[in-house]
Amino acid sequence: MTLGFIHSFETFGSVDGPGVRFVVFMQGCPLRCLYCHNPDTWKTGAGTSYESSDVVRRALRYRSYWGEDGGVTVSGGEPLLQIDFVTDLFKDLKKEGVHTCIDTSGATFRSHAQYLKKFDTLMEYTDLVLLDLKQIVSEKHKKLTSVPNDHILDCARHLDDIHKAMWIRHVLLPSYTDNEADLRGLRAFIDTLSSVKKVEVLPYHTLGIHKYESLHLDYALKDIEPPSVQSLTFAKEILEFQKP
Amino acid sequence: MKEQWRGFKGTHWTSDVNVRDFVQQNYTQYDGDASFLEGPTAATNTLWAKLSELQKQERAKGGVLDMETEVVSGITAYGPGYIDESTKDLEKIVGLQTDKPLKRAFMPYGGIKMAQEACTTNGYTPNPKFEQIFNEYHKTHNQAVFDAYTPEMRLVRKNKILTGLPDTYGRGRIVGDYRRVALYGIDFLIKKKQEDLANCGCGVMVDDVIRQREELAEQIKALKAMKEMALSYGYDIKDPANNAREAVQWLYFGYLAAIKTQNGAAMSIGRISTFLDIYISRDLKEGTLTESEAQELIDHLVMKLRMVKFARIPSYQQLFSGDPVWATLEVAGFGMDGRHMVTKNDYRFLHTLENMGPSPEPNLTVLYTKKLPKNFRDYAAKISIDTSSIQYENDDVMRVEWGDDYSICCCVSATQTGKEMQFFGARANLAKALLYAMNGGIDVKTRMQVGPRLPKITSEYLDYDEVMANYDLVMDWLAGLYVNTLNLIQYMHDKYYYEAAEMALIDTDVRRTFATGIAGFSHVVDSLSAIKYAKVKPIRDDDGVTRDFEIEGDFPRYGNDDDRADEIAVWLLKTFMTKLKKHHTYRNSEPTTSILTITSNVVYGKATGALPDGRKAGEPLSPGANPSYGAEKNGLLASLNSVAKLPYEYALDGISNTQTISPDALGHSEDERVQNLVNVMDGYFERGAHHLNVNVFGTEKLQDAMEHPEKPEYANFTIRVSGYAVKFIDLTREQQLDVISRTCHKAM
Repeated sequence: MTLGFIHSFETFGSVDGPGVRFVVFMQGCPLRCLYCHNPDTWKTGAGTSYESSDVVRRALRYRSYWGEDGGVTVSGGEPLLQIDFVTDLFKDLKKEGVHTCIDTSGATFRSHAQYLKKFDTLMEYTDLVLLDLKQIVSEKHKKLTSVPNDHILDCARHLDDIHKAMWIRHVLLPSYTDNEADLRGLRAFIDTLSSVKKVEVLPYHTLGIHKYESLHLDYALKDIEPPSVQSLTFAKEILEFQKP
Repeated sequence: MKEQWRGFKGTHWTSDVNVRDFVQQNYTQYDGDASFLEGPTAATNTLWAKLSELQKQERAKGGVLDMETEVVSGITAYGPGYIDESTKDLEKIVGLQTDKPLKRAFMPYGGIKMAQEACTTNGYTPNPKFEQIFNEYHKTHNQAVFDAYTPEMRLVRKNKILTGLPDTYGRGRIVGDYRRVALYGIDFLIKKKQEDLANCGCGVMVDDVIRQREELAEQIKALKAMKEMALSYGYDIKDPANNAREAVQWLYFGYLAAIKTQNGAAMSIGRISTFLDIYISRDLKEGTLTESEAQELIDHLVMKLRMVKFARIPSYQQLFSGDPVWATLEVAGFGMDGRHMVTKNDYRFLHTLENMGPSPEPNLTVLYTKKLPKNFRDYAAKISIDTSSIQYENDDVMRVEWGDDYSICCCVSATQTGKEMQFFGARANLAKALLYAMNGGIDVKTRMQVGPRLPKITSEYLDYDEVMANYDLVMDWLAGLYVNTLNLIQYMHDKYYYEAAEMALIDTDVRRTFATGIAGFSHVVDSLSAIKYAKVKPIRDDDGVTRDFEIEGDFPRYGNDDDRADEIAVWLLKTFMTKLKKHHTYRNSEPTTSILTITSNVVYGKATGALPDGRKAGEPLSPGANPSYGAEKNGLLASLNSVAKLPYEYALDGISNTQTISPDALGHSEDERVQNLVNVMDGYFERGAHHLNVNVFGTEKLQDAMEHPEKPEYANFTIRVSGYAVKFIDLTREQQLDVISRTCHKAM
């Protein structure tokens, strides 16, 4: 049995997938996004270990709040770093008839057969993927997140190939991800993916800054304010859509 | 069948007073959406603008616009009064507590000292003749209670382990069935009470019979006075109401009689929405009323309910801040026969918050169950998100206890309409009691010997079993003293400040409940959990009394859906309730308890020393059944699950829970927010929880409102605090800071 290393749970997730969701924040992430609001989930090998059945038991305590749409979202951190655990967890949740959703950067995705086998197994038990496409231009992506975006785009294409329902999310960060050409480029890429059900533009916020202070980490975006309403509306017009 | 009853079905209610039967036979369910609703009429806008201006002047004058100093309030003490003489014809529903809008009546029967103090502390001087009248010629409730109190009762009162006792103000919480005035007219009600009087006793004069006969006589007098008061406004209410406007007006006259004679802490108007819908539906069908006119009637009634005011003393205002009256009014609910009770009128009442903006009064309460029509649940959630002005209570748990015609008589407590009354009894501070258990009954704040003279606990680290053994003894002592103090207070209230107007609209054979309450709930739970699961080292003063506590290690806290802590919470409630039940309660009433401390948590906290859960001396207690500040680590639903574990059957007077949710944490779009809030309520109440206050805004808004109360957008900015709503800018700065410091659930 694989143990999962978990940072924390949020019992009332309302913005990480459809409906009211129990959100599992996995510990560890290979990216170092400048705007990350969960830097406390970066470090691998930390967190508290749980068996899948423990997490299922915890999650099901909130079933009465899920209505028709809600369920469980695994976020992080990067959940795909612990793909074996997440697969076990989703298998167990599916036995209970729970809607499952994974919130990933796609950065650990690889196209070789051995990886795909694992990945596709996970996808068998996954109802929805929330995929962050942070920047379509790879150099800018690297500057923002510390890695280029090629594996991430591969992940998106693969999800489309296997017809997996996806919501694309894009954090709007002034001067990093709000350039019009980049936004249009991103939209063009998204338009090649037929399994995308929804695109959400999320305005950058500063609620995570205090965590940097308590972790004694430098916060690189001190001088950047959240986007203006106009800028947000503009980006939403370019990117957002929703399909049934 | 009387002409006024044309078109109504049913027979039982026509020969006996039985409003429930009338409602069940005649109401029309509504499953549609809110699209039928109409905006405010020109008259509504004119009147509301005038009232808003008066409210502004009231605030500018420090919270009181005008006070009576010459006339003792009573049902017929004043002639007619209007919002403004020049616009009185626009008022579809008329009637003021005094002769002028927002003018506070002089009500001495609860206590002459308090009535005088309320005047003088607001810059008014009551006529000196009242000093003599109410000391030499007539005794008041407050004097009577203090005449009879034992030294021990005075001591616990002084040390604030029993607090908020209704010995200086009206006990309130008695809801007359004001619908009766509309359905039957006063003459029929007088006739029925006269029959009861004729049938009261067999001629053998024992206490109960003598008292009952005198009370009935008082009730009949009150009914006659109601008729006289209505006549002064040009309405003869001797007969039943003939149409919707009269029904609203008749009903309001009944309520007006109550608030002219009583200044109870809670003066609910009750479950009137479905009832009034029957009259409105008939008029709509007969073509004598339009939807716009129907909404106008409801808007004008609600405007009147927003104007109810009482003169209060400063210590009362500290306890119940923001000038509340708990004019609680219910919508929705579910019938015993399996039909939901949502009517168009339930929409109309909620819609007043859109037509006239958010408001703390009336205290609009949705009797909630997942089985209510989805359209209605969506609409209520939308109004919550837009105004934070409504509360939710679980009809599924209350219907089992109180049937399908109960009202909420206070902030959250249920009572069968027209069948029941309640003896309201404030709270016992169980957190202080825990300190007494460790400190040999000595009060940390005053160093007086208040509780039982137990041996002080002297160990370096607190031992769970040792603390629990003492705590059990202290709770035994407190429960007995509490019930007996209340017995005395209720006796005197009946004797000197009897609620004749309300009781005239309640069955003569009334069921009585005896409502106690618990303060400091979450802190006791967390303290006991700390002692059990971590190591707690008391820091003691030279006399061995605890000053503070050092906690080593982690411990489970109430509010995280952790059974280890939540089981202590359930134990605490059951134990205290069981101890209360051992004692005889006045007039053989049924004892109940509640966990709802309202804003008084700030005052109670000041009188409470440091506790083993890490709460420092003097800090506010957490309100109601809410988990303690900062205890919730797993988000909103974990917190709700913890509270939902408390068995309502042991706290029939109510378990209040207040949650503030940032709009961003509720969803990205309005539709998502509505759906998610509906899901939260469906889930919470399905788990058997009792009550939920929902505030939807971020802490930034609260901070801004605190710093800039003059901004027009904050004039009516309403927030909900355990069991009631209040205008945020009417709170003291201390309470504002307390509200801000409470958990605001937001997504990260």
